[in-house]
Amino acid sequence: MSIVAIGYRDRRTGQLRGSLFELLGAGRTLARGLGQPLVAVLVGSGVEPLAAEAAARGADRVLVAEHPELGEYQADRFLAAAKAGCEQAGASVVLLCADGVGEEIAPRLAHRLGGAVMTDCIAFEVREGEVLWNRPVYGGKAVATVRARRPVQVATLRPRVVDPAPVQEGRQAPVERVAVDLGGVQARTRVVERREEAAEGPRLEDARVVVSGGRGLGGPEPFRQLEELAQVLGAAVGASRAAVDAGWVPSHWQIGQTGKIIAPDLYLAVGISGASQHLAGVSAAKNIVAINKDPEAPIFKTARFGLVEDYRKVLPLLTEELRRLLGRG
Amino acid sequence: MHLVVCVKQILDPEIPPRDFAIDPQAKQAVAGKAPLVISTFDEIALEIALQLRDRMGQGTITAVTLGPASADEVLRKALAMRADEAVRVKGEEFGGLDAAGTAHVLAAAIRKLPPADLVLCGREAGDTDAGQVGLLLAEELGLPTVTAVTSIEGGGGAGALRFVRESEGGLEVVEGAAPILATCTNAENNVPRIPKVRDVMMAHRKPLKLLGRADLQLEEEKVAPEAYVAVEELAIPKQESRCEMVEGDSPEEKARALARKLLELKVIG
Repeated sequence: MSIVAIGYRDRRTGQLRGSLFELLGAGRTLARGLGQPLVAVLVGSGVEPLAAEAAARGADRVLVAEHPELGEYQADRFLAAAKAGCEQAGASVVLLCADGVGEEIAPRLAHRLGGAVMTDCIAFEVREGEVLWNRPVYGGKAVATVRARRPVQVATLRPRVVDPAPVQEGRQAPVERVAVDLGGVQARTRVVERREEAAEGPRLEDARVVVSGGRGLGGPEPFRQLEELAQVLGAAVGASRAAVDAGWVPSHWQIGQTGKIIAPDLYLAVGISGASQHLAGVSAAKNIVAINKDPEAPIFKTARFGLVEDYRKVLPLLTEELRRLLGRG
Repeated sequence: MHLVVCVKQILDPEIPPRDFAIDPQAKQAVAGKAPLVISTFDEIALEIALQLRDRMGQGTITAVTLGPASADEVLRKALAMRADEAVRVKGEEFGGLDAAGTAHVLAAAIRKLPPADLVLCGREAGDTDAGQVGLLLAEELGLPTVTAVTSIEGGGGAGALRFVRESEGGLEVVEGAAPILATCTNAENNVPRIPKVRDVMMAHRKPLKLLGRADLQLEEEKVAPEAYVAVEELAIPKQESRCEMVEGDSPEEKARALARKLLELKVIG
């Protein structure tokens, strides 16, 4: 029996996705609590050279599910490789990041392993040889504590709820290949086109400072003001679902339960009321600051600082003042 | 083309936190003042199915729900939006179904319908926020999946369907041949249509198909209460509100005060 953390390469950078290091951090806690070894299963093409990184981050063993047809993510192939890896590892608990891959793979992998699945976990505890997982429900208004009733379980962890396992220089672990036979696997879906915006400034998921706009902005033009402020702050720009559905901003700017879940040091919400679905996207933000002309807006309950004012009256002035104070004229 | 859309009735997730309460014994939200509504992303899945049917000029849409008698309401909503058929699996004949059990029952029900070319589900239910049933349903039915879909059109290579979906950095177009399952999410172009009054009235007159537990081929251990996952506790996290309001006599003063506060956080600059 073992704790398995599944890792794969970032499509754009080619590096191992940093989420693996968070899973290894969580995995180490589970390994200790359950008395089982921690195994990293790397799925992809060209992942073998990256095994050393997984070892340095605390894996007791690294299984490499390496195959040229795994270069491009495709669910049927990924599932076959991940299942083979989990079986070779003797997995009792499988950890995946609650990202796009985890969303599609975790329930399907659990089904194929005959196990239970729990998604979007924000905390966990080992108690009397069992794992208890906390996950938000009702748009984040409540938290459920759940427990698997099957010998195998697959859990997805929300990004940034666990610290990444630290690098232990020179730490090594045995690396083994997983026999991945994709001959019998029919890849039933295929990406034929990608339309991605080249973002200026930091990626929303990585940005330490995020400026975000909602329904209160009233249209697409005011987002230009937010972009100006973002430039002064070196921030990324996001939006609430209302702004996305209104067509004011591209949908990948959406922050929330089913948009991006982020954990910036500072989240400045302008014209956002703070519906729980949205706040679920920034629950791990260190500081939330809200500008909203409605003093009853729910966002003021979770904010660190609040300003009750029509954003049109203060946003340009705020941008100017920050530009002046930061010497970014 | 036969499209099956799975829809769930839930307590309105938009109720403000102050009206939201939990029954810790039942480990469920208290209905209280909250109306029962169709789960947000399920309604979007319906809209996506309707748009696909409009585009293709053909196709029948069956809305399926697993729920108690009150769930007839979401089927009426689906019919009013111009779904063709509606099926309720009698949830009152089951107890404590978890996601695995729900998917197993839905699969058994869908197998009793004319073969589905496309099964659509919301990306996640607005109460559990879990996003598990759709993917588990695909495994139960042996279907490939496309997730976070915002619209679907025909015209893919060799008769495949084209799925526009949300990816990390933008959009992707994925092709896949039927039969296939899509989980659906919101976008500017799939805001659900408002039914016409005459369609609402028509929907109320249309007979619903009911399926009971005895009508379905089920593996009993999968539909036992909490067969795969047990809920140990449900609680509302305590929130201490320590929001400091920024004051000022003029917009200029407020802006300056806020700028100072932001710098004090030592996150910028």
